[in-house]
Amino acid sequence: MSTSLLDQSSRTRKRNASERRFVRLGLGAIFLSLGFLAMLLIAIAGNGYGAFTQTRIDVAMTWDAESIAKAEKSIVKTAKYNGMIAKALRGQMEAAGIDPQMKDKELLQLVSSSAGAQLRDFVTATDATKGQFDFLASSRVDGYLKGRVTRASLAEDKNLSPAHLDLVDAMRAAGMVERRFNLDFIFGGDASESRPEAAGLGVSMVGSFYMVLVVLGCALPVGVAAAIYLQEFAPKNRLTDLIEVNIANLAAVPSIVFGILGLAVFIQFAHLPQSAPLVGGLVLTLMTLPRIIIPARAALGAVPPSIREAALGVGASKSQAVFHHVLPLSMPGILTGVIIGMAQALGETAPLLLIGMVGYIASNHPDGLISGFTDPNSAMPAQIYEWAKRADPAYIERAWGGIILLLAFLMAMNFVAIVLRRKFERRW
Amino acid sequence: MTFLLLTLIALLAFAATRMRSFQLVGGDSRLLHSRPRYYGSYGALLAFGPACLVLMCWSLLQPVVLSQITYAQLTTDHIAAAGSADLALTEIRRTANGAIEGSEAAQLLAARLTQLKAVGDTLKVAIVLVLSVLGAGVAWAQITPQMRARNRVERSVQWLLIAAASLAILTTLGIILSLLFNTIGFFRLHPATDFFFGLVWQPSFGGGSSLGVLPLLWGTLYISLIALAVAVPIGLMSAIYLSEYAGSRFRSTAKPLLEVLAGIPTIVYGLFALVTVGPFLLGVFGNDGLGWMAGGTAVITAGLVMGIMLIPFVSSLSDDIINAVPQSLRDGSLGLGATRSETIRQVVLPAALPGIVGAILLAASRAIGETMIVVLGAGAAARLSMNPFDAMTTVTAKIVSQLTGDSDFLSPEALVAFALGMTLFAITLALNVFALFIVRKYREQYE
Repeated sequence: MSTSLLDQSSRTRKRNASERRFVRLGLGAIFLSLGFLAMLLIAIAGNGYGAFTQTRIDVAMTWDAESIAKAEKSIVKTAKYNGMIAKALRGQMEAAGIDPQMKDKELLQLVSSSAGAQLRDFVTATDATKGQFDFLASSRVDGYLKGRVTRASLAEDKNLSPAHLDLVDAMRAAGMVERRFNLDFIFGGDASESRPEAAGLGVSMVGSFYMVLVVLGCALPVGVAAAIYLQEFAPKNRLTDLIEVNIANLAAVPSIVFGILGLAVFIQFAHLPQSAPLVGGLVLTLMTLPRIIIPARAALGAVPPSIREAALGVGASKSQAVFHHVLPLSMPGILTGVIIGMAQALGETAPLLLIGMVGYIASNHPDGLISGFTDPNSAMPAQIYEWAKRADPAYIERAWGGIILLLAFLMAMNFVAIVLRRKFERRW
Repeated sequence: MTFLLLTLIALLAFAATRMRSFQLVGGDSRLLHSRPRYYGSYGALLAFGPACLVLMCWSLLQPVVLSQITYAQLTTDHIAAAGSADLALTEIRRTANGAIEGSEAAQLLAARLTQLKAVGDTLKVAIVLVLSVLGAGVAWAQITPQMRARNRVERSVQWLLIAAASLAILTTLGIILSLLFNTIGFFRLHPATDFFFGLVWQPSFGGGSSLGVLPLLWGTLYISLIALAVAVPIGLMSAIYLSEYAGSRFRSTAKPLLEVLAGIPTIVYGLFALVTVGPFLLGVFGNDGLGWMAGGTAVITAGLVMGIMLIPFVSSLSDDIINAVPQSLRDGSLGLGATRSETIRQVVLPAALPGIVGAILLAASRAIGETMIVVLGAGAAARLSMNPFDAMTTVTAKIVSQLTGDSDFLSPEALVAFALGMTLFAITLALNVFALFIVRKYREQYE
């Protein structure tokens, strides 16, 4: 055994090796978590970006008053309009030198089934006798352009056949079919289960907006008031202890339990309307309150006692010291907590399931301020869940797209919170 | 509308009483006990407070009283025709709203209900407005320069603050009561022994369901266990590295990035489990690979994704706890010649152990209460199995499916959700209280 200090004994070498192993393990754990984060973000971006473009088919239509009158008289009006679309489509294809080789009914499978209604809405509102339309392609055609649908996968599909795809290829070459940016996804409403191409997140976004308004309107004043009381006024007694224990526990109660509370109290007992953003907002308020009170108390506690003492010293009452001096100074910290709480509320899904915000097809924008609060609507995360449940893979793409929008909102809110903290935070 | 009027009266009362306080001292506000705006606030408070309280109570109680009155008027024939008294009431209510055209008896009662409601609404507005004006008048009459308006206003504000803080108690009470009443309702319809000790979960909407909670509890615990097995080692090692080894630059980038994982809504994790992780695991362990797994939704899928979700939760809690261990303990150990990892393993971690156990318990309570990941990732079949590649279901997933289904709200199949909620609430509450107790006790130790 060597006795030089420069040579490490085998025991030291072993200890040092174990030290290195430990460090590597720690570093590995961090990179593993960051790897999970990266995988998640890649999954979101890779699966979701497709929802922001949509395949459209350009069709130039001409019509006359007579055919419109005839279509309006028929019982199934959109069927007649669909027929007109098929005719125009066929004419346009033949002009471009493509031979469709299929019946009108099959040809119409290329176009979304909402096309007839779209044409009718336009035709009945105008005096013109021709127009250029960009109808939504059906979700299978859209999937083909996005690589989700292949000829092999259509073998047993009754909604589209491989022959259609040959047509789509020819139409693309002729410039009739194109993927465009999908504004309807951001601003439009949900569609029925068979028309994923027409579904959008806009209406549920409005629902989420009203819900967050309710949370802001209720949780901000109540949360700040509770925090002020507990931090500044509360005597040390049983009631205060009870309140504090309750707040700490409520912050950790599973969110779904708040959904049960909302169902039993707001809907079963108080008979508030089901699926309404008002009820959703109230449930989320109850859930968010403890998560607002805790940081608000920390912000109030961070204001040094010298401020209070100075105010009291020049003759302010205790209330005046708090409301005129401590509260304004702690406001940035409180608002940061409120915004983060609201961001959590915006992304929360489970309680909304129980008060009926899924299963409802949110296809129309609310028509006023009050109906925005009380009319049935969905919310962004609830809409995403609804889409994830539907069988069609086109809806899965939309669910991911919805997640991109949801995360964009959450990031914006967190960004505001960080800026607020950086800009106004004072170190004492 | 009434509320707006009330606000208007309160504003007028504010202006009037404030002006009066000025007039009483001839415009010299030094002679007043409080500043004029406190006199104004006092007026506004008396005009607004009691009237608002009455308005709220009345609005809450009126529907209850009205349905009690209607209930008393129901004839046995009518109840028999509608099926049950509650259904009859619903029919009458909806007829009164004009949503449906009910039977003749329902229409008669609906007309009476509408009439009573109109009377009640008018009476409410009248009483509230009179009360409000009266309050303003009282304040006006009470004002003298010696009156301690500020003290009175501040005391009322204090009560408001107390009320806001007490909302937490009220919420807990609301949760417990709403769970309790519906759970009792459930146990009236369904034997408690089957719920607590039944090994089969098989709701059938024709009646005669087996609603045993044990398979659900097993699924919940199994998934949580896998989640913790993922989250605890990774989260703990991350926390140790970040607090003991990492330089400040690495720490200030890695920590916020880790916290991004905590800020992602659970629906995103749910979809990640359903669309990405499930099919990936199926590719490895499914019929094309090892042949252990039948479908993408399984215990392992949900557990893995939930584990990822819990990593930042475990790591930030343990980070706080490890940082709370006094530096002197580390210095002592390093001074004796221990390496850093030996110090951590033999000194820091044992000192931080109670806190870390608390953090793990909090994470477990999170995992047990998590809903969206298991709804989307775990499957729907309730089974008692040891195989992590099987689909299983959890308490939370079944709460969702029982309450969002089409079943009648008063059937045992729907009410069981409240019993499940009660179970969930009891378990998480016990875990939380215990964990918070440990964490708090530990913190005091080194302060």
